Amino acid sequence: MTLHIEHLAAGYGRRKVLQDVNVPQIESGAFVGLIGPNASGKSTLFKTIAGLIAPMGGSISLAGDDITHLRRRDRARRIAYMPQAFGCNALLTVFEAVLLALKQTGSWRVQSDNLDRVSDTLAALELGHLSKRGIADLSGGQAQMVAVAQTLVRAPEVILLDEPTSALDLHHQLSIMTSVKNEVGRRKPVVIAALHDLNLAAKFCDRLILLRDGKILADGAPQDILARPEIGETYNVVTDLERTKRGALYVDARLSA
Amino acid sequence: MSADVNAAGMRQTYSAQVFRRYVMIAIITGLLITSFLIDVSTGPGHYPLSTVVDVFMDPQSHGVRLKVIIWDYRLPVAVTAVLVGALLAVAGAQMQTILNNPLAEPFTLGVSAAASFGASLAIVLGFSVIPGIGGLLVSVNAFVFALATCGFILFATRLKGVGSETMILFGIAIFFTFSALLALMQYMASEDQISRIVFWMMGSLSRASWEQIALGSILLGVAIPFSLLRTWPMTALRMGETTAESMGVDVGRLRVEMLICVSLLAATAVSFVGTVGFVGLVGPHIARLLVGEDQRFFIPLSALVGALVLSLTSLISKSITPGIIYPIGIITSLIGVPVFVSIILSTRREKLS
Repeated sequence: MTLHIEHLAAGYGRRKVLQDVNVPQIESGAFVGLIGPNASGKSTLFKTIAGLIAPMGGSISLAGDDITHLRRRDRARRIAYMPQAFGCNALLTVFEAVLLALKQTGSWRVQSDNLDRVSDTLAALELGHLSKRGIADLSGGQAQMVAVAQTLVRAPEVILLDEPTSALDLHHQLSIMTSVKNEVGRRKPVVIAALHDLNLAAKFCDRLILLRDGKILADGAPQDILARPEIGETYNVVTDLERTKRGALYVDARLSA
Repeated sequence: MSADVNAAGMRQTYSAQVFRRYVMIAIITGLLITSFLIDVSTGPGHYPLSTVVDVFMDPQSHGVRLKVIIWDYRLPVAVTAVLVGALLAVAGAQMQTILNNPLAEPFTLGVSAAASFGASLAIVLGFSVIPGIGGLLVSVNAFVFALATCGFILFATRLKGVGSETMILFGIAIFFTFSALLALMQYMASEDQISRIVFWMMGSLSRASWEQIALGSILLGVAIPFSLLRTWPMTALRMGETTAESMGVDVGRLRVEMLICVSLLAATAVSFVGTVGFVGLVGPHIARLLVGEDQRFFIPLSALVGALVLSLTSLISKSITPGIIYPIGIITSLIGVPVFVSIILSTRREKLS
């Protein structure tokens, strides 16, 4: 099962955000980091893959089928997209919020294994203590973790996470990324996560895609991508790629003088 | 995180919560039945509950007089109260969900004002939107205007860039427009016509007939399954539009389907009883506090609470001064509003679980 994007163009109204985006062969079981500055088109790419906006051209195929013409519900069965977190004032518990994400596809009745899946997902993300809390009462970071749970619980073929760690403290950043990584190893979905923290991306991802102004500038293994001069140019900083004593990649970045 | 709740614990908590919700639905149903029976037994002549139940079972059991009083006078009023309360509350609950605004209901969106104008048009000018309907003129005109307003709201939500705040502004604009037109009608009307308009606007259950009840029941009988089938997407919509879309909900289509459903409910309710504000607001609000917003429980409980509120209103309207039935529109606002405000002030979000 692979995800394959060819000559994709997309945008809003007349404004084209993505131009000729090609992503060759993301194999199942790959954890891909999508990096790039603000407004580079990361969210637009996700929304186009998830079917929230229609592409202006090009194709997206999953396991050989072109998915651009699938109905939204059918596409949601295969692709789960987590938008950037925002608050909501619904009177629902965390458990209900995760359950409803699962119940958008499939039968109307809540079955016993639905409840198992919700509670297992929450437990895996260390969210058990929040399960009966109201989602309106969560902190930004907690809401973000619930959003990740809503995505993982659906067990889709493709998982798209838009900045899953932006509101999290260090422990929870590592915890969420580890849970996602475990999911990748266990069920072998395609996972693409938009990340701003290059070191976090380097630590967890198998492959990085660098996006700028709606075009892909580089695509490859983290140690290759992060060493490229385009990284510094894209973010308008000076970077050096180093290895820590324990062998982890570390991007040392500073503002150019 | 060492003492985190395990998966079995979470399941158990959730199942207990679902059980409590069924209990809540049972309690409100019990209260509704009680209120309904007392409503039927109360009036110029007071009959014991056992007699009322007897006449329900066998109309002839206590003679023709009681049969006429209960079956021809009191039951239509009591049933209309329950039915219209449910219609208004379900309409309010769904409007609030679709427009993501807790203030949305037929009254605040100007639907009631439009219906009042439609009614006044019939009363003053004898003008009928649909020709040849005779005695139903006022109700039908009110219905058509209410439906047209819902259609306008539907159209407005389809416009690009119209958020839920803008919708409420539209509602206020509609409200003022029709209020002005209504004032114009009253200016042109004769004294007799003015009193008929005012009486219509204050809301009354006494216009109830078994035909209307049958029509309303059919609508509610269609609307509740219709919305129950869409409970999961509707609940997802409460997470926000983008989140719902990312879960596979076709939000645009869902809004249109639900607004059509809501329009029929609201227009029917308003054309039956006139302007009854507040039930569409308080029914869903209390339901939300009791069971949260999982629509599988929220919609049925909104219907039950709305029915209970209007049934109690009907009871109060004839109990204040014996022999006088006050217009329900006045009761809902005068007694309901302080109750509502005290509920808001005394309840906190955290009470959800």
